[in-house]
Amino acid sequence: MTSVTELGSADAVRHRAVRHEADELLLGFARALRAAGLPVTADRTQTFLRAATVVDLGNHRATYLAGRATLCGSQEDFVLYDRVFTAWFLDDGPTPTSRERHQQPPLVQAPFDVDGGEATESDDDEVLRVAASDSEVLRHRDIATLDAAERARLAGLFARLRPAPPRRVSYRRTPSRRGVVDTHETLRRTLTRMGEPVEIARRHRSTRPRRTVLLVDISGSMSSYADALLRFAHRVASTGATETFSVGTRVTRLTPAMRLHDTDRALVAAGEIVPDWSGGTRLGEGIKVFLDRWGQRGMARGAVVVVFSDGWERGDARLLGEQMARLHRLAHRVVWVNPHKGAAGYQPVQVGMAAALPHVDEFVAGHSLAAFQRVLEVITDA
Amino acid sequence: MSTSGALAASPEELADRLARTGYLCDDALATVGFLALELARPLLLEGEPGTGKTALAEALAEALELPLIRLQCYEGIDASQALYDWDFPRQILHLRAVESVAGSGDGHADVEDVEKGLFSERFLLARPVLRALRESPVVLLIDEIDRADDEFEAFLLEVLSTFQVSIPELGTVSAATPPVVVLTSNRTREVHDALKRRCLYHWIDHPGLEREVAIVRSRAPEISEQLAAQVVTLVQQLRTADLVKAPGVAETLDWARALDRIGARELDVESAARTLGTAIKYREDAERVRGALDRMLAR
Repeated sequence: MTSVTELGSADAVRHRAVRHEADELLLGFARALRAAGLPVTADRTQTFLRAATVVDLGNHRATYLAGRATLCGSQEDFVLYDRVFTAWFLDDGPTPTSRERHQQPPLVQAPFDVDGGEATESDDDEVLRVAASDSEVLRHRDIATLDAAERARLAGLFARLRPAPPRRVSYRRTPSRRGVVDTHETLRRTLTRMGEPVEIARRHRSTRPRRTVLLVDISGSMSSYADALLRFAHRVASTGATETFSVGTRVTRLTPAMRLHDTDRALVAAGEIVPDWSGGTRLGEGIKVFLDRWGQRGMARGAVVVVFSDGWERGDARLLGEQMARLHRLAHRVVWVNPHKGAAGYQPVQVGMAAALPHVDEFVAGHSLAAFQRVLEVITDA
Repeated sequence: MSTSGALAASPEELADRLARTGYLCDDALATVGFLALELARPLLLEGEPGTGKTALAEALAEALELPLIRLQCYEGIDASQALYDWDFPRQILHLRAVESVAGSGDGHADVEDVEKGLFSERFLLARPVLRALRESPVVLLIDEIDRADDEFEAFLLEVLSTFQVSIPELGTVSAATPPVVVLTSNRTREVHDALKRRCLYHWIDHPGLEREVAIVRSRAPEISEQLAAQVVTLVQQLRTADLVKAPGVAETLDWARALDRIGARELDVESAARTLGTAIKYREDAERVRGALDRMLAR
């Protein structure tokens, strides 16, 4: 460690304080980071303390780097880390702990019916409302037409969906009675019999769950379906290898929120991190961002990608077409779920939908629980 | 505790020694690298492809004058490819040889010896991780960890926490001094948090203009200062141009070398278009860049 005397007087004063309460100051910083939402654990904190003593404590830049390397787990953590570091070490104001807490966005429930906008025909509606008590009927009702009580009942029915992930052939081979000769295992068995070849072991390629990627359009025109779509996404995510994103004016990764076991808590968590509920859609741009940031690197490669959208594109439909083509080249299968497809006489004539369709393997309806059941089958068989 | 105090006395010294091998790093990377050596922690590097993650491990080995042992990860990799395996064919050959020599004599006295001999050093195939533990101090590069399965990460976590493995037939192998471990990830998948906690984390960005020119000059000294500066300027422009795949430092180097080979003294539209394939690997990107070359090079 370098000596203190070389430092400027202001720094020296600060440094003396740092040295006296060094550990407490650093521990407090780690706690502030945890309060601000970084996954700081006790062992990480220990490593941080050790790293901070190895580098020069009076040197802010070195302390900053030591903390970043030991307390952050991904590039996204850096932004938050920088903010807390500045507040903790460089500001003289109050500790950031309380401020950070207040800066968190207010709790937002997934919006229910914001504008029932492009909901469907009201004629069928009248007839169906009479029998709404029957859950079998509820299963087939267009979700956009349900009232709050019916939605609450329908939410319970989502638990009945039984998703099964699509599967792909694994690279790894597992023992089996059929398949190619497993020389390794055969020799191993031979060895146990002092070199007498008796049994021939075989193995074959097993299957693994194939990754499923859900892209959920949460723009204004889809808002009456948002809650149901997220419930559906949560069911699909329960099978494991699933990634969920919301696409609106921005792209948000919902996968961590969807991992929460309880559906309602998962929805609240998703509501908190999505900044653009019921905004406009620039679907083409959204898919581009997804591909640039995640898809191209491997998330979309060989995956079953499911887009939930009505295909209303406010941006350039040609861009959407291009990006869907790109997605189609990467993905194993592209499924498009459109809630309006369930309506009688629906034609995919919106510019966005028309541009996307050539690059879609399966085009299915997604307006009711029964339709979601069908979507699950399509995903499993993909 | 530390791998060896003599490896580097300060981040600046480490940066210096890396620079002498042709690897130019910024102070952040030098500090994290220094800490990894000092705390004997694995270093987890993430970043865009072509930003020099693998190259850092190679440079570290050269700078510290340690051998580099590399483990390339892939889907389905397991312990027998990473750690050790027994050489079954040779074991059986050995058994047969013992049998024919012993003939019909009093063979059963040697049974124990034969068995012992069967699972001895001779028949052990040491894979990269075991080799690293035995031959340490070394630099162990675990490349593209994101390609391996989750189960493999759990296995690695165990090895990287204790720097020892136990082989049931032979006993425990532990590293006298912990090896310098560098893990790289292209982020096709999020590395498990438990493994991340064990490591020091660093995100490698594309270098700035000045440093990238210096990198080109130090890696390919045959390229003129002027050409290097022109290529780097163009590449840095391309990185902001929202391409499907932005060119990395490796591509900059390839491009500069390609231009040099075709005898271009400086970068113009024609020579750039001819050698574009060294830096741009997508048809859509190539079309866009070709169309914009005039504008980008006119200054």
